[in-house]
Amino acid sequence: MDINGLQEISRIVRGDVIRMLGEAQSGHPGGSLSCVDILTTLYFAEMDNQPGQNPTERDRCILSKGHAAPALYSVLARKGYFPVEELLTLRKFGSRLQGHPDMKKTPGVDASTGSLGQGSSIAVGLALGEKLKKGTHKIYAIVGDGEIQEGQFWEAMMSANHYKLDNLTIILDHNGLQIDGTNDAVMTLGNIRKKLEAFGAMVIEVDGHDHQALIEAYRTPVKEQFKFILAQTVKGKGVSFMENQVGWHGKAPNGAEVRQALIELGCSK
Amino acid sequence: MNISETKSVRIAYGEALLELGGTEKNLVVLDADLAHATMTCKFGEAYPKRFFNMGIAEGDMMDTAAGLAISGFTPVASTFALFGTGRAYEQIRNSICYPKLNVKIACTHSGLTVGEDGGSHQSIEDISLMRSVPNMTVIVPCDAVQMKKALTAAVEMDGPVYLRVSRPPAPVFTKESDSFEIGKANILRNGSDIAIFATGLMVYEALVAAEELENQGVHAAVVDMHTIKPIDKESIISLARKTKRILTVEEHSVIGGLGSAVAEVLSENMPTAMKCIGIEDCFGQSGTPEQLLKEYGLSSANIVEQTKIMIKKA
Repeated sequence: MDINGLQEISRIVRGDVIRMLGEAQSGHPGGSLSCVDILTTLYFAEMDNQPGQNPTERDRCILSKGHAAPALYSVLARKGYFPVEELLTLRKFGSRLQGHPDMKKTPGVDASTGSLGQGSSIAVGLALGEKLKKGTHKIYAIVGDGEIQEGQFWEAMMSANHYKLDNLTIILDHNGLQIDGTNDAVMTLGNIRKKLEAFGAMVIEVDGHDHQALIEAYRTPVKEQFKFILAQTVKGKGVSFMENQVGWHGKAPNGAEVRQALIELGCSK
Repeated sequence: MNISETKSVRIAYGEALLELGGTEKNLVVLDADLAHATMTCKFGEAYPKRFFNMGIAEGDMMDTAAGLAISGFTPVASTFALFGTGRAYEQIRNSICYPKLNVKIACTHSGLTVGEDGGSHQSIEDISLMRSVPNMTVIVPCDAVQMKKALTAAVEMDGPVYLRVSRPPAPVFTKESDSFEIGKANILRNGSDIAIFATGLMVYEALVAAEELENQGVHAAVVDMHTIKPIDKESIISLARKTKRILTVEEHSVIGGLGSAVAEVLSENMPTAMKCIGIEDCFGQSGTPEQLLKEYGLSSANIVEQTKIMIKKA
């Protein structure tokens, strides 16, 4: 898919996210919207990942920041993993679309996540497994910036370096905000680039809403080293009143807010 | 009981893992810098490509095991029971059991018999923790011979399994020919006055106690509860019906372990007079395994004493 196509699908996914959260009346809009472009570039322009493939014989992506599930579900539905209409069952009783990703329930979900700090370690396991099978598929994990306050994230980075996992790419959705405020107000993250470099990663810093830049980062060759993409993003991206607002971390929009957001996104029809 | 041979269950674990590694090509093993204590080192030396030392990072190890399971491998993750089930509890719960991944968690140095390391290293809550997580199977082998059967059965079944392995040399009293089926208790001795349900190293103590009781005219049945979950309800109910008295013995807290599991079955199906022998809601301390087991009442002598108290009551 070309850049125009990626921009279009990203707009559609953002519209889906708003509709889903409006319907569910709970969930996490800010962090879902901030990682949309990361997800769309991965699923529509980069990964070898199609419905019907055996999951162990394709590229895989772990959404470690599982609360951004609405964005992932929309991307998976738009890829054809399940009907788009099903998106509006998000968080409802009996739905395949749980509040946080559940690999046993939702087609296309590669790991059950949501408890922060664990997805990177699962991704390390997948990358080790792929190496052991002498496979060539790539493993991606999307982590949140607040999430890297979890010590386990750094344990996973240590093993990604130790085992020289050049089939593993960790993407940080760095929107600068978490539940209680800015990252720096809650727990200073410091110089993330230097920290990851010290952990042995090839660090590539990009605008996390620039599809071209993201694709180039995914395709930058790397050998015997894991890749870390520091994606600078905007929490709530695409909806003016949600952008950079910490209050939209875990609050669903009401009817009027849904309508306004959809107008802004050009998804009001 | 004339037992000449003793062998550490963890040594048997290391040997069984090594042997299984030859036939189960999908088997991968992870450890958290304790490979020479858990004995996964034997597998690691034989199959270095399928062995991953994850460093002193138990939570990371469990989730890496989850990733390897998603990749189609059968991971066995080992560390000490306290750190495996305590430090990494939530990783086991959310990343392994919630998606019902095929990860085997074999934790050694369980219970008081860790000994001299003291209370900080003695896991007395691990059965309780692991038993309460949905999708988890919990197995506590009673000796070195059973260990191998338990590991083989765990690897053959699909889904998460917790294997609780002990550290010190212990009597080898089961036979190669004895059956082992997950979820099916082994009745080692029949008796009509009381049924003693024991698990792990306490099974041998229960057998010794039963012999002494027999000398005193008390007929005690002894059941090896190698599987704590799924618990063998049928055996528990039928023995309760027969003996009217139940005693449980475990090298674990009396809260949440074998005694609790048996009580859950009996209270709903066949309320029966019961006594649970275990660690009475307190921490352990440094000492030899023998000193500690005696101090905390985990001895054949105490099993005899408690049995006699129960029989006198009725």
